[in-house]
Amino acid sequence: MSDTHSQTVAYVRDSMLPEKSPPSNQVGAIRWLRENLLSGPLNIILTILSILIVYVLVRAIGPWLLHSIWNAGSLSECREILNGESGACFGVIKDRWHQLIFGFYPPEIYWRPVLTFVLMLVAIAPILFAGVPRKMLWFSAIFPALAFWLIWGGTIWFTICVLLGFVVGYVAFVLLRRVSDLFAVIGAVVATVLWWVFLSGPLSSELAQILPLKIQHVKSHELGGFTVSIIIGVTGIVMSLPLGILLCLGRQSDMPLVKWISVGFIEFIRGVPLITLLFTASLLLNYFLPPGTNFDILLRVIIMVTLFSAAYIAEVVRGGFAALPRGQYEAADALGLDYWKAQRLILLPQALKISIPGIVNTFIGLFKDTTLVVFIGILDPIGLSSAIRADSNWNGIVWELYGFIALCFFIFCFSMSRYSQYLEGKLKTDHR
Amino acid sequence: MKKTVFVGALTAAATLVAGAASATVLEEVQARGVLNCGVSTGVNGFSAPDSAGEWQGFDVAICRAVAAAVLKDPKKVKFVSTTGQTRFTALASGEIDLLARNSTWTFSRDVDLKFTFAGINYYDGQGFMIKKSMGVSSAKELDGATVCIQTGTTTELNLADYFKTNNMKYEPVPIETNAEAQQQYLAGACDAYTTDASGLAATRATFADPENHIILPEIISKEPLGPLVAQGDDQWADIVRWTLNALVAAEEFGITSANIDELSKGTTNPEINRMLGSSEEDLGGMFGLDKEWSKRAIAAGGNYGEIFAANIGESTPIGLARGLNALWTQGGLQYSPPFR
Repeated sequence: MSDTHSQTVAYVRDSMLPEKSPPSNQVGAIRWLRENLLSGPLNIILTILSILIVYVLVRAIGPWLLHSIWNAGSLSECREILNGESGACFGVIKDRWHQLIFGFYPPEIYWRPVLTFVLMLVAIAPILFAGVPRKMLWFSAIFPALAFWLIWGGTIWFTICVLLGFVVGYVAFVLLRRVSDLFAVIGAVVATVLWWVFLSGPLSSELAQILPLKIQHVKSHELGGFTVSIIIGVTGIVMSLPLGILLCLGRQSDMPLVKWISVGFIEFIRGVPLITLLFTASLLLNYFLPPGTNFDILLRVIIMVTLFSAAYIAEVVRGGFAALPRGQYEAADALGLDYWKAQRLILLPQALKISIPGIVNTFIGLFKDTTLVVFIGILDPIGLSSAIRADSNWNGIVWELYGFIALCFFIFCFSMSRYSQYLEGKLKTDHR
Repeated sequence: MKKTVFVGALTAAATLVAGAASATVLEEVQARGVLNCGVSTGVNGFSAPDSAGEWQGFDVAICRAVAAAVLKDPKKVKFVSTTGQTRFTALASGEIDLLARNSTWTFSRDVDLKFTFAGINYYDGQGFMIKKSMGVSSAKELDGATVCIQTGTTTELNLADYFKTNNMKYEPVPIETNAEAQQQYLAGACDAYTTDASGLAATRATFADPENHIILPEIISKEPLGPLVAQGDDQWADIVRWTLNALVAAEEFGITSANIDELSKGTTNPEINRMLGSSEEDLGGMFGLDKEWSKRAIAAGGNYGEIFAANIGESTPIGLARGLNALWTQGGLQYSPPFR
């Protein structure tokens, strides 16, 4: 008999045993391993297989990465340094990174695209995150014009005159609203377009002569690399979301003409591959336009990419609308809201929330599709990588270049994906 | 961003439509101050941007020579990178003034597509590359081989013709680009790789072990490569043609970028004097240029031989011999009509 129970009756235990630490296979890493990796025969086999695969991969890539050469002017120089061993020749990235990122942009003004990129992050912050002060939206509104001026350069008056077009449109809207709302919208659009076509050009050249505020002009063909990818991708994304929503509303409209146009547009665009549209933009348009017309190729591509992804966005958003219970529509009607108010306040917020994953999916696809422009001779990162490999110094290099490009694309696409998950979490109001 | 660009393009389009008269290409280029020259998106030795973003290569040199002749500055060239699909449309639509993109001179391109080939700056032909370990020394022994071939090119048709004529069988491995071909060939996906012999040499030069690969002696097709312009402006075609001729003639007469200044002071050879503008006769004036046009064209990158040596010759990694591209006086085909 132990002395623990010396004062008590033999068969009743009234004092606690001291706590023992849990068995060693139920704590910490061992428990995690047991539960997650070795919880059954199948999982054990899978774990072993995975370890084997990881081992093989590390064996294959590890030495290659470890022996990477950063200081070499050509592939043959790399091979000399490596002396028969396998190793990555990242000298090509060191030698050509500026081309992969900026294309043929004049090196002395690399700060301009960099500044534009930083400002872009500032401009989209208030759109993406609710915590940022709302007043910054004003900056987001003028950012597109600012970005255009920074990247392409030239006189600032042109940009200002174009922005004045919106002011003109607004003034026309306010003046005509006394007549009728519809009239005001049409009048505003017509006034803006007339201003752009007839007045902004001469006015900006007049102003430029009085006070020449200009920076070095950069032509579209000098842009390349990730600068082009980001310009096409971001502009396409920003323009295609509103256009897609409008198309989706048009498709659900009761007005036959609007409905047929929207359906026709969506089905036509979804029925042809993007590469066909790009070829149309680059080749066919040349035949339609009068000879000597210089319709910027980058602009043509942006328009085509925007239209393409707008058609997909429209269908994704329509999926969101389809998931709304009928009662939401009826509630909006019962509140006496007109069409636009019902859409803006009740239906669209819910439909868009539901379609976030689909929308971001389309955006990521759009961003990656920008690499297709290589087929019409625009030197995006992929196009530049083949141009770089055509240089005698770097002919024959493959993995290093494509790896670098893949890494950059991954960073962009992964952050888009993470943001969409954050947004979904934030807007989570479902009743699951 | 799109809206502002759009307006820019719209106004630009509007002004250009107003100003688009039926000017000759020469007038257009001179008014623009820049030569729009179509090149490839990258072919080793023929056209590729270097790390400073400057285009270099054998085809690029033609663009620079024409720009020097027409605009007095070899730097005033806008290089438009074109792909195999976009090159001819770009030329036909006037987006580029001149296409120097190792394009083969064929009947249908000249006649049906309505282009004018300004000459031949490189005589090429289709060849085969195999691994030395195969122990094959002639293309005639390739019966039953798997062959890597770029799809949609004339090389594909040539290959089919050649094997049919010689009553042999082959298995094609279709590939899209030269880079892909290198990988496939090195990985052993095909026994032989076929494309233009210049391309094969350039590809072989990039291998880690070039000595283990050989290019078979048979050349199974004629691929005369040259610059071309759109049909309908003979003056412009003449300018490009005679700029190319001037480069070839300069090699024949021993005019190099080193001695051109000295020779242009006047020599005992009247033809050199006519070319370099030191004679009484004004050849350039006959097609709207000045007397020294060909002097500038030659000074831009040297004569034909110098351009060849600097970009694809035996001292470069590509290491092509002159072969058919030697001067006619040295057993080759490069021959310029007289400057008279």
